Amino acid sequence: MTGLQLSREQLLKAYRLMRMIRVFEDRVSAEMASGDIPGNTHLYAGQEASAVGICLHLRESDRIASTHRGHGHCIAKGCDVDGMMAEIFGKETGICRGKGGSMHIADLSKGMLGANGIVGGAPPIACGAALTSQILGRNDVSVAFTGDGGINQGTTAESMNLAQVWKLPVIFAVEDNGFGEATASSFVVAGEITKRAEALGMAFAKVDGVDFFAVHEAAGEAVERARRGEGPTLLHIETPRYYGHFSGDPDNYRTAEEKAAMRRDRDCLVRFRRRVDEAKLLGSDELDKVDAEVQAAIDHAVKAARAAAQPALSTLTTDVYVRY
Amino acid sequence: MAQKSFRQALNEALNHEMRRDPNVIVLGEDVAGGSGASGQKDAWGGAFGVTKGLLGAYGPARVRDTPISESAFVGAAAGAAMTGLRPVVEIMFVDFLGVCFDQIFNQAAKFRYMFGGKAVTPLVIRATYGAGTRSASQHSQALYPIFTHVPGLKVVIPSSPYDAKGLLIQAIRDNDPVIFLENKVLYDTVGEVPDGAYTVPFGEAHIVREGGDATIVAIGRMVHFAREAAETLAAEGIDCTVLDPRTTSPLDEDTIIEMTEETGRVVIVDEANPRCGMAADISSIIAENAFGALKAPIMKVTAPHTPVPYAPNLEAAYIPDAKRIADAVRKAVAFQRS
Ligand SMILES: Cc1ncc(C[n+]2csc(CCOP(=O)(O)OP(=O)(O)O)c2C)c(N)n1
Repeated sequence: MTGLQLSREQLLKAYRLMRMIRVFEDRVSAEMASGDIPGNTHLYAGQEASAVGICLHLRESDRIASTHRGHGHCIAKGCDVDGMMAEIFGKETGICRGKGGSMHIADLSKGMLGANGIVGGAPPIACGAALTSQILGRNDVSVAFTGDGGINQGTTAESMNLAQVWKLPVIFAVEDNGFGEATASSFVVAGEITKRAEALGMAFAKVDGVDFFAVHEAAGEAVERARRGEGPTLLHIETPRYYGHFSGDPDNYRTAEEKAAMRRDRDCLVRFRRRVDEAKLLGSDELDKVDAEVQAAIDHAVKAARAAAQPALSTLTTDVYVRY
Repeated sequence: MAQKSFRQALNEALNHEMRRDPNVIVLGEDVAGGSGASGQKDAWGGAFGVTKGLLGAYGPARVRDTPISESAFVGAAAGAAMTGLRPVVEIMFVDFLGVCFDQIFNQAAKFRYMFGGKAVTPLVIRATYGAGTRSASQHSQALYPIFTHVPGLKVVIPSSPYDAKGLLIQAIRDNDPVIFLENKVLYDTVGEVPDGAYTVPFGEAHIVREGGDATIVAIGRMVHFAREAAETLAAEGIDCTVLDPRTTSPLDEDTIIEMTEETGRVVIVDEANPRCGMAADISSIIAENAFGALKAPIMKVTAPHTPVPYAPNLEAAYIPDAKRIADAVRKAVAFQRS
């Protein structure tokens, strides 16, 4: 079976990261509902296997550029969850000192070049990071995460062409949850997404994003191709979005039955547990222990975020320019 | 007259014009919103619900969800406008117009001039602007000075439901490209709005309030803070005129100069960043045309020269408020020539 050659340690890490994302997002949803988080968030729950399946192949020096739905990518790339939670609460201890919030979480030291409020913002940035790697001979790869909506942005199309002609070590990870906000992709996406890569002569794969092992395997090939200097790959990852588009979205453009079926039949964590259980790789007790640890970590993050101070007012005008 | 929300006023304007003129179409992400998703019609009506009901009334040919491809659909709207339609494009946040500046700045804005006056471009681009919803740097800007800078574009910033309806009808009937900016914090504010269609002309400032001691020129949401400041000051015996330009292009320079001459003191309130902003521009017009009437330096109350921060306390400090406006007026009134 594909991917099951992963070590126990890697499997546990994959599960921990996916669970961490799920618990983080469910908790952010609850905190939003209670009115304690300012603004808006776009939750990634349901899509965990995509971020983790890809990022598990990445080193710290590899780069990712993300979307408005960026929490999962951040966690998978190793961002500190305490700092992320504090950022979402708008606190001084936030990973961006409270200046960016949910949609702009970034940690350059971890290779996380930022969530992004602009659909189509990430692909050019990821190409730039790949260019740095290519020119400086670093053998690092970069990943541009985008949605099925973002695939229609000119920047994405232009970046794909650029990456292919320059043979940039970049992966276009298209997370297709079937919707761009409230609009179903059937109304706005023409043709097969993978064909867009094919037309450019770019390598591509279509993957079931509920299956961590499938994502992991396809991503592994894409990363190796990039490291070998053979250029970009497009991964078309089909994945469910559990919550509405944003935290206050009534999500009434899908029926309750559709949503229930999605959670019941398309849960990457349930799928993962079943697979490792069938293959007798990890026991339930081990996985339950991870669940408990993750829960405690998120509880801690929320508690710390709540207790943290607001940013000092003097920071309003800092960080505009580099000061010498 | 009926009390209606800003959102409802805009919806009525769209309805009136779509009913009246079959060439008016509405384009944007989620403007039909979820129509077509299982069992749904008009689930969203745009991210802020302004286009709700239009799909049912006018059908999918005239109310179109677009891909997230602003260059393509804003440019297509410009092309449709110069060939006979009157498109109204909805862009959720004005910040996203960054994606398609070429189609606005180099194409739509220039057709008429470059083609020797032969082209008309009856295009309206509606977008929300402004800080105050904890949406951080990429969803909170007040970019109207940038559009105001470009000749060929008209720029409209309504502050009340009444103006929102009349200005939007005017914008749709107008034969130039119009950037129509709605402060998202104002959508639920209410005011008197007639049921029928009416227009509010461009380039005519609204004198919101009259007083002889100082003139406060305020734009969009800032008009509300200016009025609040004026009320506070009235209790102290300082009487202010509050002037709402309503459109920054064309700009009613005459009324601004006239009110300056009447009061001799001016405070300009602008939510945009200060450099090359509206406050700077209006200030220069006053300095050039009414210098002799000034009893005090022109005061500007603007956002700082920073992106919009996320943290609530920082964002609150970012946005000009009634207190800062009142302080600026007091300073102008207290000013003594040495
Ligand atoms: C340039 C731009 N246009 C529009 C938006 C508003 N917007 C935010 S998310 C989104 C939908 C994105 O859909 P998709 O890329 O499929 O990602 P998903 O939300 O499904 O994860 C839209 C239209 C934006 N942020 N930026």
